[in-house]
Amino acid sequence: MELRKDYFADQRKDDLHEIGQPRPRSDSPGHVTGKTAYFADRNFPGMLHLKMVRSPHHHARISSIDISEAEKYPGVVKVLTAKDVPHNVYTILILIQIGPEDETVLADGKVRWKGEAVVAVLAETERAAQEAAAKVKVDYEVLPAVFDMEEALKPGAPIVNEYHGQNYYLYDSGECRKVRFGDVEAGFAGADHILEQTYQSSPIEHAPTETTGCIVAPEGNDRFTCYTNTQAMFFTLDNASIILQMPGNKLHFVGGTVGGGFGGKVDVIVEPIAILGAKLTGRPVSFIYSRAEEMQISSPRAAEKVVIKDGVMKDGRIVARKVTGYTDAGAYSRHSPYGAQKGAGHYPGPYTIPNVWIDTYCVYTNRTPSSAMRGFGVTIGDFALEVQMDKLARLIGMDPLEFRFINAYRDGDMKAHRQPTEGAALIECMQEASRAANWPVAEKFMAMSSYAKGA
Amino acid sequence: MAKVPVQFTLNGAEKAEFIDSGTTLLHALRDKIGDTSPKGGCHQGTCGACSVIIDGELRLSCLTLAETCNGAAITTTSGLSKGGVLHPLQRAFLDAFATQCGFCTPGMIMAAKVLLDQTPNPSRDEVVEALSGNICRCTGYEPIIQAVLTAARSNSQNAA
Repeated sequence: MELRKDYFADQRKDDLHEIGQPRPRSDSPGHVTGKTAYFADRNFPGMLHLKMVRSPHHHARISSIDISEAEKYPGVVKVLTAKDVPHNVYTILILIQIGPEDETVLADGKVRWKGEAVVAVLAETERAAQEAAAKVKVDYEVLPAVFDMEEALKPGAPIVNEYHGQNYYLYDSGECRKVRFGDVEAGFAGADHILEQTYQSSPIEHAPTETTGCIVAPEGNDRFTCYTNTQAMFFTLDNASIILQMPGNKLHFVGGTVGGGFGGKVDVIVEPIAILGAKLTGRPVSFIYSRAEEMQISSPRAAEKVVIKDGVMKDGRIVARKVTGYTDAGAYSRHSPYGAQKGAGHYPGPYTIPNVWIDTYCVYTNRTPSSAMRGFGVTIGDFALEVQMDKLARLIGMDPLEFRFINAYRDGDMKAHRQPTEGAALIECMQEASRAANWPVAEKFMAMSSYAKGA
Repeated sequence: MAKVPVQFTLNGAEKAEFIDSGTTLLHALRDKIGDTSPKGGCHQGTCGACSVIIDGELRLSCLTLAETCNGAAITTTSGLSKGGVLHPLQRAFLDAFATQCGFCTPGMIMAAKVLLDQTPNPSRDEVVEALSGNICRCTGYEPIIQAVLTAARSNSQNAA
């Protein structure tokens, strides 16, 4: 490993003693000896197993639920429906005042995606819980469903989620998150070339080797210990507290050891219902997703559609950029309004463009709710932006790396969402990349700096 | 339900349990005997996290019925270190940063141990082939391959 300390040498004391030195990871000895305790490595006497009855339909009204046969099934201890959940309608970002509450812990009257949780069965063994779950009778009246974001936004489309009332998230800025900077139409009018392209992505499942789950143990003093692989301990604790209408001091969360998360374990899905099961039965409860549930039920990265229209000059300057972004939230918000909002700030890319217009929509469809995954709201946008940059360079016959030098943001530049650029270092990264990849650029670009304009 | 007796050695120690017929070896090891080093990632034989060694052969404990293991000698990752000293494979995984979340690690080490027991000086291709049934979703395959090659070298040096 080579450390290049000549960049920004005047900006720091040369005391980077740890960087470039190998340091043992504190968790590795546990991993290589099999001693690391994942949540599922706990076992309690009398532990019950929770299995979920799930919707076989993408969109349906529930006309009746009959749990009588499941309750009588040998080994079954408790069967839970919506009426058992103290605060059944929730949304996880309510903790930071982003509502409305739009999702049910257990479906109440309606299901909005195929796989939605309807009834929870708690039994002495996993097998008994699974077999009893198959005895639950749910009558559905199937409703028209919508799976495509553009179809969902058309007038007359089936309404996916009545808590929103329309098939998009209503931001304080209206039907989409907006960024307006300069005069984009004037920019296009003065451009030598215009290029408009559409980029689309499908949902992506994180597929961690350890599936989502938790084990809850009642402590005998009205407190519950929840062993979980959540990536968001206190976020989950606070949401569980709201859903269960139980003070936070009754909940003890133990976790932090996660067998692969990648953002897939930040939703609050398994813990509240497992704690409720432990409370109502007085027994420890294990709720662990099967591999099939992990792949089909857990939130994927959202499908996205990004339409980029750029105005570019023959000399390489991008003078106008208009982006319309669509994030497929699926049936419920979870983290998607936030992801779509991040995209709005991000679509200009690390480039200084004088005229920018951005609209990003968070759209509801009858698909599996999407949520966080590694840079959600940004990663697909970056793919689209950088492919677009290559296409623009090709359009004007310019080297794609030199094209990026011309447009790279530098310290002091104002970004479209009105944050001044500080500590950019993009020029220096590209100079180093040019050397490392043996992709030479003109000397004037190698002489550029993130500090100073000109050159 | 009538219980079935099973008896085998686990990392050299005698173990005996009464289990439900049809119980997997993974379930018996983790929930009856208390060795949680094999992990359940898919319970359908595709991820390799539950890998153990039965009579010298690499086996998926999630697809192995415990009652078929009577009289067998079973090895798991929790039994590899002796007297607090790490096995060369464990040492190599530690030194090569071949773990991230750690969930696939015990299965990887089992697969690597069977390879080195049968092929002390494997080629890189043989290492890749031997680990091909074990999924690492943190995608840290390269340091894992390097760790197995390093362990093979240190074994051959010790033998020399």
